[in-house]
Amino acid sequence: MTNKKRGGSLGRIKGFAIQFLPYSEIKDLDSNRRIKKILGVVLGNNILILQGRLYPEEETRLIGDTMAMIGHVKHFKGIELAVISGNGQEGFIENLKRGIVNVLSGGDLGAITIIGPATIVKEIKKNPKKIELLLNK
Amino acid sequence: MVIKIFKNFIKRMFSNIFKNNKQIKLGFYGPPNAGKTSLANRICKDFTGEELGSVSNVPHETRNVQFKEKVEIDFKGKKMVFKMVDTPGIATKIDYEEFLKYKVKKKDAKKRAKEATQGVIESIKWLDDMNVVVVVLDSTENPYNQVNITIIGNLVARKIPVLIVANKIDKKKSNIKKIEAAFPEYDVVGISAKFGKNLEEFYESIFKISKKVK
Repeated sequence: MTNKKRGGSLGRIKGFAIQFLPYSEIKDLDSNRRIKKILGVVLGNNILILQGRLYPEEETRLIGDTMAMIGHVKHFKGIELAVISGNGQEGFIENLKRGIVNVLSGGDLGAITIIGPATIVKEIKKNPKKIELLLNK
Repeated sequence: MVIKIFKNFIKRMFSNIFKNNKQIKLGFYGPPNAGKTSLANRICKDFTGEELGSVSNVPHETRNVQFKEKVEIDFKGKKMVFKMVDTPGIATKIDYEEFLKYKVKKKDAKKRAKEATQGVIESIKWLDDMNVVVVVLDSTENPYNQVNITIIGNLVARKIPVLIVANKIDKKKSNIKKIEAAFPEYDVVGISAKFGKNLEEFYESIFKISKKVK
């Protein structure tokens, strides 16, 4: 799904792309490189769909780093971020199974992380049954 | 031998004194405009007679970490001493144009946005220093916001005891059950910081989780 005609800056959006990143692309990277890779995608006017999820500390690091960019990167206003994962109510056996799979695969592959620049993504509405991606006009 | 016993006695005595005077660092975290400062003010006013910070309808009113030392909370005959740490709201985006809707002048809105971004960074940095954290959520808003999940995930990773407060229960749209459903593994206490509603349960929960602090 591509509707792409990249502008020179985030302020003049003529289009955007949705980029999928498999977990294998970030699995062996350290936190610094993971964040750098994600920011590289997002600052290029892309909505990133990442297989798996970041560690909580990496999520806060990503928020902190993007905050530091506001005012320094032209027209950048931050990001919209959402993680779709289990709701923690699956029961002991299900959680145990998922835990084993996560340990073997090196990450929570059942999760999906969506990250987009706030100039493109207005809001990610989430509830247990659905997720809606609202875009800016 | 006698000197050694005497030394140990003095050492134990001092450690007990410091243990009793030890204050628990109680952080107030959450998204902007959830009522963190209102709640911190309510507690500080009740037990010290002074407020901690200013509150406003305009988001990101608190843009610096502000704290009050040695707040002794006396609840049902039990006492605990806290360092109250009120933090700026954590957000993933900040746009100065949002503040213009609240009739803030453009120049002030830009300044506010700049300070708010620094505030978010500061809040995140302070996470490591907390002993107990109260995550304050607006019970009229959708709790499935990634900021809430990220804050709680970080506290769990750092093994910091968490209490979730569903604030603004005085409002019609308030829905505590939605917050309980979103975070089934945590205690959720519904309060109104503005009107001081249900603070008894809040204090009881704070005492309960503060006991977990080593």
